[in-house]
Amino acid sequence: MIGYAAVVQDFTFLCGKTLAALARPPWYIRETIFQMDRIGVGSIFIVVLTGLFTGMVLALQGAVQLEPYGATMYVSRLISTSVVRELGPVLAALMIAGRVGTGIASEIASMKVTEQLDALRAEGTDPLQKLAATRLVACVLVIPLLTIITNGVAILGGWLIARLYLGIDSFFYWTWAFEALRQRDLVLGLIKPAVFGFLIAMVGCYSGFSSRGGTVGVGVSTTQAMVSGSILILAFDFFLTKLFMAIP
Amino acid sequence: MIEIHDVSLTLGEQQVLRRVSFQVAEGATTVILGGSGSGKTTLLRLMLGLYKPTSGFIRIGGEDITEFSETDLTRIRQNMGMVFQGAALFDSLSVRENVGYRLWEHHLQPDEDIHRIVEDNLRFVGLEHVIDKMPAELSGGMRKRVGIARALASGAAILLYDEPTAGLDPVNTFAIGQLIARLKTKGVTQVVVTHDLDTAYRVADRIVMIVSGRILFEGTAQDLRNCRDQSVREFLDPASAVTA
Ligand SMILES: Nc1ncnc2c1ncn2[C@@H]1O[C@H](COP(=O)(O)OP(=O)(O)O)[C@@H](O)[C@H]1O
Ligand SMILES: [Mg+2]
Repeated sequence: MIGYAAVVQDFTFLCGKTLAALARPPWYIRETIFQMDRIGVGSIFIVVLTGLFTGMVLALQGAVQLEPYGATMYVSRLISTSVVRELGPVLAALMIAGRVGTGIASEIASMKVTEQLDALRAEGTDPLQKLAATRLVACVLVIPLLTIITNGVAILGGWLIARLYLGIDSFFYWTWAFEALRQRDLVLGLIKPAVFGFLIAMVGCYSGFSSRGGTVGVGVSTTQAMVSGSILILAFDFFLTKLFMAIP
Repeated sequence: MIEIHDVSLTLGEQQVLRRVSFQVAEGATTVILGGSGSGKTTLLRLMLGLYKPTSGFIRIGGEDITEFSETDLTRIRQNMGMVFQGAALFDSLSVRENVGYRLWEHHLQPDEDIHRIVEDNLRFVGLEHVIDKMPAELSGGMRKRVGIARALASGAAILLYDEPTAGLDPVNTFAIGQLIARLKTKGVTQVVVTHDLDTAYRVADRIVMIVSGRILFEGTAQDLRNCRDQSVREFLDPASAVTA
């Protein structure tokens, strides 16, 4: 228990120090853009697939639920709200945690094992500025964009099923898909992935920097980034939703 | 000049250094000898300010760096180059970018001058032909020499080497000994950590021997040869110690 408290404390410190590192020059803009490209473009394929299958399965399951009430044609309402509020941000973030968070952790952990972190400091570079801050900014900016793609593709996937199997009119589908969304859904739908981006980057960095025990430690850090990242995403999703519901 | 004064360091549960004191004279080459795990790397990290001593202090060029912030340390480190044990080249950068890293990072020279300095230093270590390769494409000995070129390129007046010849074949070992000897004549202050006696005798102005985090011997190469201390003899000539 004390161990966990210490980890939470260390993690909070690292977040604070990284934010402080962001506040002072130098800013590694080129490195940040490179990371955005790596994280963003590299993840498009997996978030498209995630969105597509999520939307399709929601259409199938939603139709079953709505059928007794004769409301099958409103399935797009159900798809767009559940995707934009919950499933899009959470599933995209979980997939990205698996791909990007672990990548950040293993890269930094390997740099630690091979003394590259020490070498950076010896050369007068703060690893928090060069490695953590750049990845943090990249994740916070790019993951909301990836989530928008996920949401769009999911609603599109639902439309495919609605069209092919449920015989729902396209115009009707899209009208209700957008009609159902409130402005606050869209706001929350962008705040969530930004927060998840923060968590993915910082958990990845924390796992990497705190890596111990040579090359074995690199593997441990990678796994830790995946597991802790995913759990934090789910927990923060709950609390953010709760918080937002409390706002009138 | 580097002054290590009564330095102790505890890492985790382990007391790694115990009341270590010695001085590295300006322009001289000091060799730190010791078996593995004796605390040699730790000592170099302390000199760079990568660790802080638990007690005692370290002065570099007259400044006590013990309580320095990272910003002040960065200023001190501008004057120091470190050759890490595994070279610690940045994987994501080419040899050229590695060697010129500090100059580019801090905009210390105009771009074309940096290219020239990088080329000069790679030539000095005999590796100008790998300038556009990535570290992963180099052999262990080449990486180490690139690591030396990186330390040199910064123009630092103090160079620290962590086991520069460990794991190298005799040809590379000799070449690196040669490099260190050549830098000696240029007036660079050097601290060479090693457990290779030949290299130590070849380059050392002074030798410090450290065992289990304690200084066992300090003096010139000649003093070391003449030293009759039992533990020192054991390190220098384990076979005789076993038969004795
Ligand atoms: N970060 C650390 N935490 C705990 N113990 C350490 C750490 N770094 C080194 N040590 C211990 O300190 C001792 C000296 O290490 P080191 O300076 O690397 O030895 P050397 O370079 O002489 O082989 C070793 O016993 C090592 O286990
Ligand atoms: Mg060592």
